[in-house]
Amino acid sequence: MNDRARHLISIDDLDRAGIERVLDRAESFAEVSGREIKKVPALRGRTVVNLFYEASTRTSSSFEIAAKRLSADVVNVKSSGSSVDKGESLKDTVQTLSAYDPAAIVIRSPHVGAAKLVAGWTDAAVINAGDGKHEHPTQALLDVYTLRRRLGTLDDVNIWIVGDVSHSRVARSGILAFTRMGASVTVCGPPTLLPREIESLGCDSAVTLDRVHEADVVYVLRMQHERMTQSFVPSLREYADRYQINERRLSPSQLVMHPGPVNRGVEMSGRTIDSPQALIGEQVKAGVAVRMAVLYELLVGAPSLMAVAG
Amino acid sequence: MSPVKRLFSRPGAGADILIRNAHALDPRTGMDGAHDVLIRGGEIAELGAAGTLSAPDGADILDAGAKHLFPAFVDPHVHLRTPGQEYKEDIDSGTAAAAAGGFCAIVAMPNTIPTVDTASVVNSLIAEASERARVPTGFLASITRGLRGEELTEMADLRDAGAIGFTDDGKPVTSAGMLRRALQYQRLSGGIIALHEEDPALSGDGVMHEGAVSARLGMAGIPSLSESTMVARDAALALYEDARVHFQHLSCVESVHALAAAKAQGAKVSAEVSPHHLRLTDEAVRSLDSRFKMNPPLRAESDRRALIEGLRSGVIECVATDHAPHARHEKEVPFEQAPMGTIGLETAFAAIYTELVVPGELALATLIERMTAGGALYGLHTPRIALGETADVCLIDTEATWTVGQNGYAGKSANSSFEGMRLHGRVLLTIAGGVIAHRQPMLVASDDEDDGGGGARMAGARNRAAH
Repeated sequence: MNDRARHLISIDDLDRAGIERVLDRAESFAEVSGREIKKVPALRGRTVVNLFYEASTRTSSSFEIAAKRLSADVVNVKSSGSSVDKGESLKDTVQTLSAYDPAAIVIRSPHVGAAKLVAGWTDAAVINAGDGKHEHPTQALLDVYTLRRRLGTLDDVNIWIVGDVSHSRVARSGILAFTRMGASVTVCGPPTLLPREIESLGCDSAVTLDRVHEADVVYVLRMQHERMTQSFVPSLREYADRYQINERRLSPSQLVMHPGPVNRGVEMSGRTIDSPQALIGEQVKAGVAVRMAVLYELLVGAPSLMAVAG
Repeated sequence: MSPVKRLFSRPGAGADILIRNAHALDPRTGMDGAHDVLIRGGEIAELGAAGTLSAPDGADILDAGAKHLFPAFVDPHVHLRTPGQEYKEDIDSGTAAAAAGGFCAIVAMPNTIPTVDTASVVNSLIAEASERARVPTGFLASITRGLRGEELTEMADLRDAGAIGFTDDGKPVTSAGMLRRALQYQRLSGGIIALHEEDPALSGDGVMHEGAVSARLGMAGIPSLSESTMVARDAALALYEDARVHFQHLSCVESVHALAAAKAQGAKVSAEVSPHHLRLTDEAVRSLDSRFKMNPPLRAESDRRALIEGLRSGVIECVATDHAPHARHEKEVPFEQAPMGTIGLETAFAAIYTELVVPGELALATLIERMTAGGALYGLHTPRIALGETADVCLIDTEATWTVGQNGYAGKSANSSFEGMRLHGRVLLTIAGGVIAHRQPMLVASDDEDDGGGGARMAGARNRAAH
């Protein structure tokens, strides 16, 4: 984190040095994950609340595993079956949970700005696990972590983000994090799914894959089926025809990433998903180490307090 | 003058007050200098050079200390939330906010619960305003029943009941055919037809202006052309039917162009702009603070510049606040879920004065003209500082600065997009319909709590002239 960051709401909360600090910390925690007993006592006696207002498998489970490997007590609150279901407001829910004095609240919400609001209502450190179509900073950090492990650096790496950019928080946090780390980013997708003025985030845009061979890394976004019914694209068939990332469009030296879950045969071909150039499995694995690092940096902070050897 | 009364307020004694040494400025009469103004029984009884008038028995004396005396303002666009949502605002609190902002007349929108779409609802509002309104208040009825855009209201009966005119504000009249019927029927009913211009198919799920900021935040945008295409469409309908149409809260450069083009063709159209669109842009939304969520949304700097130029040139005739109160708990939610609207009555003059008049972008006289022009546009009386006129005046210390929200609000809700801003221009006294509607406590106290606010004070209690 930056020196005084208390929360992780946006990639904007981190400068390049801050990102690198998290990644360095994550490297040391990756070692923990290789041990037989995958646990360090860094957060013993402290509570982490996972407050998830959207269905999520990999993000919620990796935050839970990350917190547990740091020896924190973990409380998972999901919207269905909770007081949220009974009409309680976000503010009331957060204030209720805050009464238990949690060290951190991890929040996933379908609404932009939810994590930022929560940070104003609690003394806990707040981690944004996805707020609407706005940001998903820990996803971007684990993506940067995965690429740095593979390439050594992101400086001058050419990254294409392909697909439904409009509805993607992964794309927004990715653009910010990749460019901050020195990469150049091009977003590519159907014109109906590229936000007007997206270039103001510091990326280029393209509506065809004609130049995708220039990319060192192709980051593929999930294509939601509901976009068809909303006429953003006429059919999945035409989408796949124009935008699917497959062996025909890629050379073996290009790396491929995807935040999951993948629609096989839509945005990516099955062969590419299973090919050695795909980093999808490494991304998932990085999720735990990076989220441990984020929790640690926010809740413990000073490097000298590090309880494990790097 | 219309034979039917269309503004209503609670009974009150006509003011008897001598305002001494005020810098009276009325762009319509050309008055611009130090004057004494004697108001008797709620009418402007005498005007004289500063220091020349004396107070009759029983009159208050106010030494204005060279502060500005303006014709009080007219707001053609206010949401009083009555009936049905009195927890946000009611006639008493909304008109208190109006008085605190220097307004002498306001026009309430009909998107209430129930909608103001029958004469009986108009009658009940008039009855309530006649008991509780602190400043003269008028009402628009809806164009279509329940704002559904499907069937016309009984426009002629509604006018006879006292409605000023018609609007489906909060929603557009989406069907051109339906609006055309209303414009035709206006020839029978009379009354202005005011339009909230927005094409729902283009606005979609939008919650803010479509542009760089919405791209960054991942929120669905409302493109400017959602408004401007409807302005162009409805101006064409108005021209064809020779109808009188007013465009509410214009927000973008394309709408200003469409309006100017329609006027050049001879369409009988007019328009308003809100203080928040003159002062703020979508950059404010980066904070994700729901106080900056309103419809139409805050737009880009180029739009703001075009609105300022439109107001200066007179293409846009008047300022309207679109005062839209919402309760705290309603706004304390993520931006996309929050209701649209900002309050504006108490800050309208000060916000524009600070942003545009102080830096020299807009002449003070022009601002006063635009803040009072809504009256004539809506067929209401235009406040003037002239002999024999009903006293509709406000005394404003343009030097005084204050922080919005620091001392709360006169209205019930606190959702001000200007909250926390330091503004120039403090309303010291409002006389509306001849009755004192607002008086700063400092006027009777010996001193003020804020810098620059000193100087105007009540001299003693009543003037007990020697017998």
